[in-house]
Amino acid sequence: MRWYWIDRFLEFESGRSAKAVKLISMAEDHMHDHFPGCPIMPNSLVVEGMAQTGGLLVCEHTGFQAKVVLAKIPKVQFHLNVSPGDTLTYSAEIDHIDDNGAMVTATSHHGDRLQAEIEFVFAHLNSGQRDRTLFEPETFLKMMRMLGAFEVGHAADGSPLVAPPLLTGKGS
Amino acid sequence: MPTKDEIFQKIRTALVDALGVEDDEVTEEATLVVDLGAESIDFLDIVFRLEKAFEIKIPRGELFPEDILTSSDYVKEGKVTPEGVEELRRRMPFANLDGFAANPNVQDFANLLTVGDMCRFVETKLEVTS
Repeated sequence: MRWYWIDRFLEFESGRSAKAVKLISMAEDHMHDHFPGCPIMPNSLVVEGMAQTGGLLVCEHTGFQAKVVLAKIPKVQFHLNVSPGDTLTYSAEIDHIDDNGAMVTATSHHGDRLQAEIEFVFAHLNSGQRDRTLFEPETFLKMMRMLGAFEVGHAADGSPLVAPPLLTGKGS
Repeated sequence: MPTKDEIFQKIRTALVDALGVEDDEVTEEATLVVDLGAESIDFLDIVFRLEKAFEIKIPRGELFPEDILTSSDYVKEGKVTPEGVEELRRRMPFANLDGFAANPNVQDFANLLTVGDMCRFVETKLEVTS
């Protein structure tokens, strides 16, 4: 089982912003317990989906070289509940990024309605903090491909987004 | 070059946003860890906000020299060595370390840094930049 809480990227502008869609389905197991007879998408999983949208954006900016972890959520606000049949669009934007990590702001919309807004701090772990690899490059490559990032994405210069050498194994 | 008050106000905004504290809790004398409840990961958040607010670059360890406090060269049996204290003074001219130097327990170090120290740190950075 993989922990995917977005279904597809709609936009992916390297180093700047990304937009992803999440289709909410009654087939998701947690809907039957959250809550019995009244399925509501857990806000924690909305947060996870927004973090994946922003986190992959940050990872891609470093060529997937940095070990990126979600360090902190300074602010989060939810405006409405969503249920099976609803579609959420997550938009993430990099406010600041450097060798230490990144700040990302993100929103979730249900149609035109603002569903949630959030601020993330991602940290880049240095080698002194963790020696082991958090994810294998193939895992990222598979995620980016499955989520359509290379179909809709653009590099910083506007050219089509391509997998970095680390992921393809050509040059690392 | 912003005035000292402008620097303080921007730092106050950064700390209110990063730590979820009230405006009036952020005084020059307030310590980041004890009074404002900052945890280690908050320092990354605070550094990002300061970099953005003042358009400066703060390398890792410059505001909070964690590398010294975790170094076996500078820390023996839970206390920072005289050489370590000297290095801290060199790296942190904006902070008053006299009290810490008298009894340099590593655990107590995190409790030292005040909002005023942070203001002096930013003032120094801006002077260097300009």
